[in-house]
Formats: sequence, structure tokens, C-alpha cells
Amino acid sequence: MGGKFGAPDKMIIGGKRLDGRKPDELRPITIKAGVIPSADGSAEITQGETKIVVAVYGPREVFPKHMSIADRACVECRYDMASFSTPERSRPGMSRRSTEISKIMAEALMPAIYLEKYPKTKIDIYVEVTNANAGTRCAAITAASVALADAGIEMRDMVVAVASGKVDGKLVLDMFEIEDNFGSADLPLAYMLRKGEITLLQMDGELTKEEIQELVEMNIEACKKIYAMQKKALQDKYSVEKKAMPDAGEENGN
Amino acid sequence: MEKVFVNDKDIVIPGEPLAEGFDFLPAGKAFREDEKIFASTIGLVYVKGRVIKVIPLAGKYMPKRGDIVIGKVTNIGHSGWTLDIDCPYLADLNIGEASSEYIDLRKASMNQFFDIGDYALTEVTAISEGMFVKLTAKYRPYRRLVGGTIIKVSPTKIPRIIGKAGSMIKMLKDHSNCDITVGQNGLIWIKGDAEKQALVSRIIKVIEKESHLPGLTDKIKHMLEGGK
Repeated sequence: MGGKFGAPDKMIIGGKRLDGRKPDELRPITIKAGVIPSADGSAEITQGETKIVVAVYGPREVFPKHMSIADRACVECRYDMASFSTPERSRPGMSRRSTEISKIMAEALMPAIYLEKYPKTKIDIYVEVTNANAGTRCAAITAASVALADAGIEMRDMVVAVASGKVDGKLVLDMFEIEDNFGSADLPLAYMLRKGEITLLQMDGELTKEEIQELVEMNIEACKKIYAMQKKALQDKYSVEKKAMPDAGEENGN
Repeated sequence: MEKVFVNDKDIVIPGEPLAEGFDFLPAGKAFREDEKIFASTIGLVYVKGRVIKVIPLAGKYMPKRGDIVIGKVTNIGHSGWTLDIDCPYLADLNIGEASSEYIDLRKASMNQFFDIGDYALTEVTAISEGMFVKLTAKYRPYRRLVGGTIIKVSPTKIPRIIGKAGSMIKMLKDHSNCDITVGQNGLIWIKGDAEKQALVSRIIKVIEKESHLPGLTDKIKHMLEGGK
């Protein structure tokens, strides 16, 4: 890795990573539900420096008509990176990469949605990355799952996603940009906790069989922590309104 | 093995386990998978004896046979009207279902009954295989809604706006002297004194926002009597 331009000499110093985290530590995550009033459901996630807004519309009428499926809903996802989200300006619009992520995101979320309850409809998921700092596809899936729940769409379970990888020969969780750029492997995973089903598993780089197993387990452990945050975000949306109306409680006491 | 994991009136999220054991029955937006009962949407959970019920806090309107809905006329065809009832499907009001009398198109034109942009109170009579919604406006109280104002709320909040055995809506009607008609699809028609109309719209928005909080009825009463 030392060969790459701009790469730091060492990415793990004294057991700690460049941003001070332990190898199996997540970046600080905040999730907020219901950030876009005009959308049916929405969520915002910040994971370290990564910042993503997701809006969900639907179930709604399908256009064009021939896209509709007679016995269930179709899901369309649009992942887009804002031109200012990366250090170098990125060209706006769909790229080869964003087309791929849109597809895999929809496929990662579909097993969780009760599609057969909404025949001949469409669920649109719009993902806007406002600041990219590695792990965007996973953070986007986590946030999209919250946005779908916020829209009141019936689901079997929430989908949680997180990435891990290999840096300086060590396995690390939830990489940030420098680790992602100069690390040797990257493994994003989306997971449904209740049944223990994996809905997305990708891998980029070189890993042994044992390493993959270890990373998958590491991701699943992290997913449990993120699930608690998703739950809190959704519950907070309704208790925040409670706090904003202090007289509601008082009147109840009278 | 019988066990309930949640408390009454907890906010639950999709996939959250609610209870275990075959003694319990899922109701509302709850479903059973093997031994356990789970929630399928974000909602409030009610535990009443053996019944575990999830009342959704969000969601779109999905038409059901027998629902009374308010629709907006979006198109006039050869033999009927197309209505937007704020759901993912098109709703069709056939000419034979529009009036209890025979409509002779040689003498009358269709927009005399319902014109584009009009609101109509109708009932869902059927949902066909192809997910076309059939409506009727043949009998009272189904009709064209003239004058007044239309507001839109989340369809999941309609039961709260109506209240237990119509208590909330009755209170609104009695205090404001307004004619209030509630559609299951989340559209509400209010007609009355302009000032009262505005007050009722404002109050309904409060109910929508605070439907899951305790002490709502008292608060609404206070607002109706001129309080903030």
C-alpha cells in the first residue's frame, strides 16, 4: 500500500487507527427520521464524515405502466452523489457506480418489504449523498430502511448495513476515507437481524476464507448496535413531538 | 412459553417481536411467524387480553370495499368519471352509479353532475382484479361536495379524528356548527362559517400531529372553547 501516492506510511499505530478508533469500533452514528415533510418517509444519517439523506415516496402509481407487477410492488432506488460530496468535484448525474449501487440497494431492501401487500404499485427511494467519506452504500441502506419504516410501509424487518475491511494486514470495521482508499480489502454487508438473513454481500480486494468469515461476524455484531440506533431514531420522531407540546402533558394532569 | 415483550401503548418498529406463544392473536399491523408475533409497521401497540394489536402511525391509504372516501374528479370519460382518491390506484365512478335517476346524455352533459376539479363523497363498491377501484354515489349521503374546504390528513389518523363511537367528531361539530365529512382516505370536507371552518381545520391538524399522545380530548375541548 505504501506504493500508492498519498498513502500514509502506517494506518494502524499502536493498535489504534488514524482517527483514534479501535479496530472493531464504529464511527459515531446519528440517525434522524422524518427530515423531509413533503416525502412520505425520510431519514438522515451521519456516520463519521459521511452524510446521506434518503426520501421514500409511495406506494404510488407506476409510471411507465408496463413496469407494474400484477401481484406485488416494484421498488426503484436512485443513489446519487452530490457534486460537492467528494474532495474532487464529481460530475452530477448517474454514473456507472451509482447505477450499480442503486440496483444493489433496491435488492438489499426488497426482501424486508411486504411487497405483496401493495400490488401494482411502486415504491421510490431517493438517496442523496451530501458528503462521501467511505461506507456510503451501507449507510444509505441503513437510512433507507428507516425512511421506509417512517413512510409506514409494511415490512418484515429492518435492514441494517455496515462495511468492514483490511488495512495494514489487520481487519477493521467501518473504514473511513483514507483506510478505504489505501486499504487492501472492503466487505459491505446488509443484514436482517430478526431472521439472520444477509441481503447484500460484496467484496473488493484480497481476503482469505477465514478473513471473510471473521469480517462477516464483525459486521453482524456492528449491525446489532446500528439496529438499536434505527429503533431509537424512529421512536424519537414521535417523542420529540411530545416534548414540543409541553402543555399536552399538563392538561392531562388536570 | 407465553410471553409478551412489549408494554401497552409502546411505539414499535417493523419486525419488532411483540409476543411469543400460540395463545396470542395478531391484529392490525401485526403478523405471526411460527410462534412469535411481530409488528409490520411503525405503530402503537395495544395489548388487550390475548389480542396484540398494532395501530399504524404512518402509511398511505389502501382502498377497501365499503370505505367511504372523498375523491377529486380528474377526468371525464364517455361513460364515467375518474377520481383521485389519494391511493396508488385509479378510481372509477360509472355514469350508472352517479345518480339514483337515469342520466340521459342527450339532455344533460356529464359535467353537470361532476365537473373536473369537483370533490365527491363516494363509497368503494369493489376493487377489480386489475386493481381498479369502483365507486358509487348513487344514494344519500353520497354526493358532490359544494363549497366548504377540503383538508388532507394522514389516513392512519382518521380513527382518532372520529374518536370513540364518533365522540371527537361530534364534539367538533357541536362546538363549531360546521358540517364535517370525513373520508377514510384522509380527505376531510368542512363547511360552515368561514371563521369556524378555519378553526376546525387548525384543530384537525393538531389531532393529526398529536394523535398518539394522552390528554388530547381535553386539549381539543380547550381549543374549541377559544383557548390557544
